[in-house]
Amino acid sequence: MSTEKKKKFLQGNEACIEGALYAGCRFYAGYPITPSTEVMELMALSLPKVGGKFIQMEDEIGSICAAIGGALAGEKAMTGTSGPGFSLKQEALGWACMTEVPLVIVNVMRSGPSTGYPTGPSQSDVMQTKWGSHGDKPTITLVPASVQELFYETIRAFNLSEKYRTPVIVLFDEVIGHMREAITIPEPGEVEVLERRKPTCPPEDYRPYAIQNGEVAPLAPFGEGYRFHVTGLYHAEDGFPTANQQYIHDTGMRLVNKVEHNQDDICENEELFLDDAEVVVFAYGVSSKSAKFAVKELRAGGVKAGLLRPKTIWPFPSNALDKVVAAGNVKKIIVPEMNLGQIYGEVQKVVAGRCEVQGIFRVDTEPIHPKQIMSAVLGHQVEPTVIPDEVLIERPMDG
Amino acid sequence: MTTQVTARTVPYKEKKPFDYSPFLRKGKLPHIWCAGCGHGIVLKSLLRAVDATGIAKDDLAMVSGIGCSSRTPGYVDFNTMHTLHGRATAFATGLKLAKPRLKVIVATGDGDAMAIGGNHFIHACRRNMDMLILVYNNYIYGMTSGQASPTTPEEKISTTSRYGSIEPAFDICELAKTAGATFVARGTAYHAQELEKTLYEGLMHRGTAVIDILDSCPTYYGRFNKYKNVAEMMDKIEKDGTVSVAQAAKLSPEKLEGKQLRGILHRSERLEYCDGYKNLVDRVTG
Ligand SMILES: Cc1ncc(C[n+]2csc(CCOP(=O)(O)OP(=O)(O)O)c2C)c(N)n1
Repeated sequence: MSTEKKKKFLQGNEACIEGALYAGCRFYAGYPITPSTEVMELMALSLPKVGGKFIQMEDEIGSICAAIGGALAGEKAMTGTSGPGFSLKQEALGWACMTEVPLVIVNVMRSGPSTGYPTGPSQSDVMQTKWGSHGDKPTITLVPASVQELFYETIRAFNLSEKYRTPVIVLFDEVIGHMREAITIPEPGEVEVLERRKPTCPPEDYRPYAIQNGEVAPLAPFGEGYRFHVTGLYHAEDGFPTANQQYIHDTGMRLVNKVEHNQDDICENEELFLDDAEVVVFAYGVSSKSAKFAVKELRAGGVKAGLLRPKTIWPFPSNALDKVVAAGNVKKIIVPEMNLGQIYGEVQKVVAGRCEVQGIFRVDTEPIHPKQIMSAVLGHQVEPTVIPDEVLIERPMDG
Repeated sequence: MTTQVTARTVPYKEKKPFDYSPFLRKGKLPHIWCAGCGHGIVLKSLLRAVDATGIAKDDLAMVSGIGCSSRTPGYVDFNTMHTLHGRATAFATGLKLAKPRLKVIVATGDGDAMAIGGNHFIHACRRNMDMLILVYNNYIYGMTSGQASPTTPEEKISTTSRYGSIEPAFDICELAKTAGATFVARGTAYHAQELEKTLYEGLMHRGTAVIDILDSCPTYYGRFNKYKNVAEMMDKIEKDGTVSVAQAAKLSPEKLEGKQLRGILHRSERLEYCDGYKNLVDRVTG
């Protein structure tokens, strides 16, 4: 095997697929929607070549349901979409959380409620990944901020979904999805890929929802002798419906806590100049690109600015944020988002009045400019931010 | 190379007496169905038909949506999935595509398959993926206590058609056939032995098979529509309201008026989806 790493010039959506295939994804069901369509088209091209299964379903609900079916057959499965399609997937997403089926869902965010602005970026679905489906449920959501990172984070998404037996959402926006960057594709084996744990006990002893050492039992693929039952109703360790309130309570708690209590394992953050930072920018995804630029500019000018960039937005990285605030230097935290403050509220909850929290919100489909962030840090306008009109008008409106 | 399960060479043979226990999860009984509900009769016919095919339980999967009928998978000792209202065929499509050697049975109700799941249903028929879709058709939403369904006949009473339904009912078989299903049949709980044979044929079919099974919901449909008891209801709807395909050939159009046909109504051959997919993979990788 050559030790020379493969270099590729890829769009974010393409890198996501490269990551998925690297992780062993062999099943994809989807429905076209801008700006995630390339994810699906590339799967249609790639999967048959590696003996994987691809199917275009009749809608997004069918897509996620088919992907879950594929996952229960034992495959690493994926579905991808954007805002309106993600709305349609919510009920089945909850089903996969409840039944503890590993699955990766890609959501390339577009702007606004409803059809909104299909070709414009936004970060409008952050809360939907957490609360979009009814009931309290476990949520793991990764928010990569570059094409290379998207590749790695997609692999990590598959690993986490297998490890915790739960759906994982890879959440990015139109900018990351369509941006092209030169990325390195590692050799097989270079990046860890977790395979699904399968039961080794005799079929008659198999309890698909039994907890051993704090972990849920391995998941047997359908058709391999284990003949178990899967239901979205609250179920006992054997997988069959139960009305036992103690059990319902325990399961409800366990489902959420298997993610919340493992924040340190699941959450990854990038930290920049945090040691002595007095103003910290808390930014993720596309907005973190501007934030990083701004922080570096400010540091060059002698301002004690720092960056905390979560790569995992759910579970919310409260431990990492709390550490930064507890250190005592920080006077202000700035949260730039292409929405109206979805994560700003979460930051406020953790900060709990210990320092000032300021949001920069933007929903006009234009990424937040580094100068907006610099102005917020400095407390005065660096230079007025101009959004050229033609940027808003000239983009194609398709859907 | 075929992706099919166990060679199904076993010809249909009725077994008397029949031992249901190897197919049931007895620890999960009694079932939730009301006295007089037809769903249990359908289940019995199904298990007998399954036995006649000789397909191993490990190779059988049953996928259902939500409803009384959709509780069936919980009672049978196959690989089973109780999914979301209307979505069973979509889950089944993914399962079957990922593992074509499984024989997949979809258990669904008239509301589940025809209303909320209508889109998945017609597209499943169009694809002709090998699966047997059983619509337990009791012309009403049983689980949610008796609202009108897409198969509630005109003028019939439900909790949401208190003055008689003003909507025409779907003909499930016509819909399935038009959408491309390659095996379409109708049976009733009243004709349990005939149903068993129809189910056997449906299981042996390779492609999307749809069986519309008329069965009774005495608790809601029967009570609201003033049938004296289950027997009267089954007599009027399932016995007198249907004729077999063979009988129908001998009857005048006047005599056939208002009657539904029973038996295998349509059978055709067309490339099965998973075979088509395999051909595609061979072409791409070959
Ligand atoms: C998304 C969603 N909508 C509505 C319901 C409520 N619901 C449960 S079962 C059912 C109807 C079941 O009727 P049918 O499919 O005819 O089956 P039956 O109970 O008569 O066997 C409905 C509307 C649900 N569970 N999920």
